[in-house]
This record gives sequence, C-alpha cells and structure tokens, in this order.
Amino acid sequence: MKMEGQDWFYSKKVKEHFLKPKNILKNEKEIKKFNGYGKVGNMKCGDIMEMWIKVENEKIIDCKWKTFGCASAIASTSMLSVMLTEKKGIKLTDALKITGNDIMKRLGGLPQIKIHCSVLGDQALREAIKNYEKNNSTIPKIDKKIKLNKPKLETKLKK
Amino acid sequence: MRKKIKQTNKWVNNVKKSIYFDNSATTPVRPEVLSEALPFFLKKYGNPSSFHSTGLEAKIAIKKARQKIAKIINCEEQEIIFTGSGTESVNLAIKGIALKEIKNALKEGRKIKGNFITQTTEHDAVIHTMNWLKEIGFEIKYINVDETGIIKLKELGQAINNETLLVSIMYANNETGVIQPLPEISKICKQKNVLLHSDACQGAEYLELDIKKLGLDLMTINGSKIYSFKGTGLLYKNKNIILEPLIHGGNHEFKTRAGTENVPGIIALAKALELSRQEKNKESKRLTKLRDYFIKKIENEIPQTQINGDKKQRLPNNINASFYGIEGESILLMLNEKGIRVSTGSACSSQSLDPSHVLMAMGIKHEIAHSSIRFTLGKTTTKKEIDYTIKVLKESVKKLRQMSPVWEEVKK
Repeated sequence: MKMEGQDWFYSKKVKEHFLKPKNILKNEKEIKKFNGYGKVGNMKCGDIMEMWIKVENEKIIDCKWKTFGCASAIASTSMLSVMLTEKKGIKLTDALKITGNDIMKRLGGLPQIKIHCSVLGDQALREAIKNYEKNNSTIPKIDKKIKLNKPKLETKLKK
Repeated sequence: MRKKIKQTNKWVNNVKKSIYFDNSATTPVRPEVLSEALPFFLKKYGNPSSFHSTGLEAKIAIKKARQKIAKIINCEEQEIIFTGSGTESVNLAIKGIALKEIKNALKEGRKIKGNFITQTTEHDAVIHTMNWLKEIGFEIKYINVDETGIIKLKELGQAINNETLLVSIMYANNETGVIQPLPEISKICKQKNVLLHSDACQGAEYLELDIKKLGLDLMTINGSKIYSFKGTGLLYKNKNIILEPLIHGGNHEFKTRAGTENVPGIIALAKALELSRQEKNKESKRLTKLRDYFIKKIENEIPQTQINGDKKQRLPNNINASFYGIEGESILLMLNEKGIRVSTGSACSSQSLDPSHVLMAMGIKHEIAHSSIRFTLGKTTTKKEIDYTIKVLKESVKKLRQMSPVWEEVKK
C-alpha cells in the first residue's frame, strides 16, 4: 500500500464509503420490504454484518445492511451493496459469483490484516440468498407478505 | 523571556494543527528540550570516548546529564544506563538477569532454573520478552489484576518463591493509565528478598520517581513519552545488580550497553525530566481537573458508555472509554476526520485482530473491549478542545450506532 502523501491508512474509496456509507438500513420498519436476510460474524473477532435483500424475478433489486466493525468492514459492506444495486439489480446467479476479492478490488485494496472484513460481506450476501431461497420454497409468490426466517444469531450481546 | 514565550507559542501552534489526544503514544518535543540538545548536533558533536577537547566536551555534558537524572530519581550516577528506548531498557533489565543465569548454568553444566513474575496488563515490551524467556526454559508467572486494573497483591505474594529471579510490574498502564501501588509491591518483594523492576515509561511525566521511595531495584524510563526524543531511554539499575549486556562492544555505560552514546538524546532526556519535575504538581493538578471534566462529559452526554480502569488510581492525562455497540477503530477514524487524534487498543487498528489484552485481563467482555478508545491529554490540552471533542464524539457515536446491528440489542 502506498503511504506517501496520504493522510489515511486506507484507500480513497474506503474513506469515501466509510464516511458516507450507501444503503444502510436506517429504519427497522423497512425490513418488511425485503425477502432475504443474512447475518454473519461474531463479537470475538469484532465484526458483525447484517444484510437484507429484495429479490424479484431471480434478481436482487434492493439491498440494505448494518455493520459493526472497523472502517474497512463498513466500507466493504457499503461497496458490496453498491455492486448489487448499481445496474438496476443483479441476477442471483451473478451475485453468488461476487467474492471478497472483487469487493476489495473495487475498494482500491485493503491492508493485508483487514482482508477478512471484506470476505464477511460476501458471506452475509450468501446467507441472505440462502434465506431468500428457503423462504421462497414454501411461499411461491413473492408479492405475498413474507415472514422472514431469521437465522439463529451466532452471537447475541449478553444483556 | 519574551523570546521564550514566542518560542513556546510557536510550538503550541504547531502542535495544535490537530487536537492531539494521543500523548501516551508519544509526545511532541518541547522547544526547551530541543534547544538544549541542538548544539550537540551542530557544534559539540564529539564522541565522548575521544581523547581530545571535542570529545571531552561531550563526555562532560553526558556526565552532567547523568548527575541531573541521578539527583531526580535519587540514585548514584553509575546506576543510570542510557539506552535507545523504553523497550530496550525493559529488555536489558529482564534479559540481563536471565542471561546471567544462563551463563551460570552453562558454566556449572546444569539446566537453567528460576522464574520471572509479571502481571497480565503489562506492555508488550515486557510480555513478549517474558514469553521468549518461557520458550528458552524459564518459568513465567502472570499475576492477575482486578476489574479496576490494579494488581492482586495477595497473588503476587504467593507467586514469589526462592527461585524467583525478578518481579517486573509496570508503574502506570499505557492503555488505562491505572497506577500500580509500587511501594506496596516493593514491600512484598523486599520481604522475600526478590528484585523488582518497573516499566515507568507512562508514569515518568506525572508521578514520583524517587527510586528509594518507590523501593525499586530497576526502573525503565523513555524520552518519547516525556516531551523528549524518540529513540532515547534509560534504565536505573541498583549498583549491586550485575546485568549481562545485550549489546557488546566498547566500554560504554559501565560496560552494560555498548555503542557510541546518543549525546543529544541524553542531554534532551535529562532536560525533559528536569522540566517534568518542575512542573509535575501544577500540571498534574491541571490535567486531573480536565480529565475528570472529560469523563463527566462522556458519562453525562453519551448514553451506554463506560470508563475502563480505576478512576482515581489513574494518570492525570488518561481517559479510556468504551462506547457500547460500535467498534473502536471506526470511532478513531471519524474523530480523525475532524482533526482529533486518539488511539484504540482494540482489534483492528493494531497488527493483531484480538481486542486489548489489558481490558480483557480486567474481565471486560470482548464486545466492550472492541468498543474502547483512549484519549491521552498533554501540555497543550485545553477545556475548549475537550468541549469540541465531546461534540464530535457525540455525533460520531450516534452515526456509527445507527449502522450497528448490535446497537438495538445493547440499548435494551
């Protein structure tokens, strides 16, 4: 990673997405719009990601997320959400092809030790797609109100 | 006098290009310290070992610096070893004793024996040195701290036995600023006739440094934490202790640390220590007030936070706080964007992904350790800076909590 002339440890793109993240789930009420949900990560390593996707005709047309983690974790989830929604959506089969490496490339690279963060983003997406497929196998029509099958959380903060 | 004020103002302006709350990482060099050292770069550049006037000039300057420091920490001149950093001093103290045992064991054709005792919240300089000693066959015992970060003295007493070669307990913690009760620790060590070393790098600017009052046999101090140069340090060593050197060469530093002396660095270190003694009481009082104000503001204005470490037995300049539901590095970078420089012991900003071993040793949970931020105040800190920081902090914490998947659960 180039450091000279930089005032930041990350790339410009990471900075941009960290300070102005795209597609954050701002309101819990929005959740019912979505028909796929994934959550990965744990508190021990310090990163948790939640992702909601809306699938129509086998295409992801909307996506929102929440992330607990460092700047690269936040930026990489934000970037992934952009990659999913930028061209009026993405086919599920194409979405499944996105790797942590692809996200990292779009971010202009990440420090070696941070790479596990971006890998988490594509995992959350895979979980969300799995969840969508599970929901969909029992409920054939997408336009019906779907009860989300929330996967058991790996870690819950103890009260 | 006027020149001095002008110089100081210029310094403050330079430092104030940002709000610098990372004085436990390092401090800027004070102009008084720099100007004292400058001639030893440019004019009085001699090698103290040279047998001519230019060399003698440097030799005398070092002697004077050593005398000055000896007076401050209440020891004899030959008990001060100048080194290249706090970490080097720690290594010399611990390995210097271990190597002596290794040498004796080799001579006598036996296995090495003996144990070293330290505690769980030490700086990596101590912990990693101890871990290495463990690898080569010494026994290492780690004493626990309580939830406020203070060592469990009873455990220490029980751990010492007749094979203990050294106890090493830090003066003040670098992450939490928690101060260990050295005189009490020393009492235990003296009763059992065991040597005591203390890493006093963080305490040196604000705390008592009289080794007789503290009851220390070895003490580490470095320059970069007390407004002097990076790459400078010293080890106080009781004259009755013989340490095997880590660096062999000429007869420098009483044959304990070879290498041409860092003359400007030594001059600067002495000057910085001298200034810190003069200003200690007033500056400690000023910063304690600001620290408590800062803590109160955090507690009152930002919900779901906690201050880590004892609030009283703590350096006047340290605030270590956890903001539930969000991660430390994110807070650090948001503050950085607004010109505020802080630090985190948590996972992602360091080279390791584990949360702070110091906070974990205090029984703090992973998620709260991951949420911690350290603010360390300094000479240029003002109340206005704290007020601005609180404002930015409030906004940043709110923004990050909005995007946190655990915040809703934490709030409950």
